[in-house]
Amino acid sequence: MTLNSKAFIAGIFEHPLRLAPEKSLPQLHAEVAKGALDDAGLSFSDVDGYFCAGDAPGMGAINMAEYLGLDLRYTDSTETGGSSPVVHVGHAVAAIAAGKCNVALITLAGKPRSSGQATGTAPRTMGSSIPESGFEAPYGPTTSNMYGMAAMRHMHEYGTTSEQLAWVKVAASTHAQYNPNALLQDVVTVEDVVNSPMISDPLHRLDCCVITDGGGAVVIVSPEIAKTLNRTQVKILGHGEAPKHLNGGLIDLTYTGAKWSGPLAFDEAGITPADIDYASIYDSFTITVLETIEDLGFCDKGEGGKFVMDGNLISGVGKLPFNTDGGGLCNNHPANRGGVTKIIEAVRQLRGEAHEKVQVPNCQLVLAHGTGGSIGTRMGSATLILGGEDA
Amino acid sequence: MSEAMKVPVPIINEETKPFWEATILKKFLIKYCKDCDRHHFYPRSKCPHCHSLDTRWVEASGKGVIYTHSTLRRAKVPFTLAYVTLDEGVSVLTNIIDCDPDSLSIGQQVEVVFRDNGQGSAMPYFTPME
Repeated sequence: MTLNSKAFIAGIFEHPLRLAPEKSLPQLHAEVAKGALDDAGLSFSDVDGYFCAGDAPGMGAINMAEYLGLDLRYTDSTETGGSSPVVHVGHAVAAIAAGKCNVALITLAGKPRSSGQATGTAPRTMGSSIPESGFEAPYGPTTSNMYGMAAMRHMHEYGTTSEQLAWVKVAASTHAQYNPNALLQDVVTVEDVVNSPMISDPLHRLDCCVITDGGGAVVIVSPEIAKTLNRTQVKILGHGEAPKHLNGGLIDLTYTGAKWSGPLAFDEAGITPADIDYASIYDSFTITVLETIEDLGFCDKGEGGKFVMDGNLISGVGKLPFNTDGGGLCNNHPANRGGVTKIIEAVRQLRGEAHEKVQVPNCQLVLAHGTGGSIGTRMGSATLILGGEDA
Repeated sequence: MSEAMKVPVPIINEETKPFWEATILKKFLIKYCKDCDRHHFYPRSKCPHCHSLDTRWVEASGKGVIYTHSTLRRAKVPFTLAYVTLDEGVSVLTNIIDCDPDSLSIGQQVEVVFRDNGQGSAMPYFTPME
């Protein structure tokens, strides 16, 4: 059995704010939910399946069902960090295909910017029952030094350079100049990136994503409901997910779980990387993009540095237009989780609703990829392949 | 961690207690699986490679090479996080201490050193070999 085209993305919404000190966390979830349901032409009373992750308060779906006033027959609070919404889309399709729900709502929201979180440089909190805590927490792992270690090893094995990593940020910033909601709208150069302050070797400040409040939501519907809606329906053609971890100490930081989630998604969709018109690639750091595009098969392993150079990720310029909203590197990384915005911009591209300066012509096949956790330790990777009406 | 910083007290549970008790004796223990003849780290009662429940503690040589490293320049006191691949083949997360971070390189030989935390255990770190 394949889940190819068993459900459709009917609604999307990205919160316009990047700083929201006046709003509560559940309020942000509610605002993005309302936005995505309005976009789909549906209402809260239509929702019978709800999906959220660790960014939602309390018991997640249970607390949010009460706050939102939802009448549900299916909930899923799978937590894979920033990739959670990408995972949730796949789970929503499975639930809809199994008849467990017809209208699935996925929300993500948070406010790390207004709460002053030092997301990248403060130690990650680890619970005392987490088995690796005793062997990791005392050494001060943070988001930036863990990704830094992955970048350092990739450079060592494949000769990747800081200038090549910088091209990822240059491409994102080139797109972000057209997004009036983007946190960072200035176009930067390779020199700007490599001359920005060192955060954790070899990653500079401009190799790191932004820290923003806000969020986003996605509405998935059954084929029967899709037919009744007056909206371009986006086909969900393929989904793959895979954890990657330290493998009992036999480690390799030069690849991500995309190595496994990518082929699962491509196989279900029945297409290859060469067929992709646009890609939303999780960009917590420039190195995240570089390793992921290798793992997804857009280039050979170790060739990512050469692939991203000279604007190859810039829409209208290169072979693989990516993150045309400016991505996590420039636009938005709400709740320190970039998964939902990856799905949203991919849907905009298929609908022809991206900014005209970055819209990919005749865009019919797109990819959205999430990486949650850390590529320096353990992560949840998830890949979606989406199609337009002619796909 | 810098010597100026307080030596942390790790989280210890029933399964990892022998590891931390050995640190006072300056021994770095890892787990070995008799069924598949492989080591693993972090230590656990179940072998993550072959799924045997017959794992045992062995003392590692305490020597290895830097697999990768990153110095957090934005920390109040910059420090170097690293993975060290032990001679036994498994890699451990650690700090490289008593060194100039700019002098470190992947593949460099390092050895374990212990810093007593005064709370019944010692933190293992690694430092470059002469």
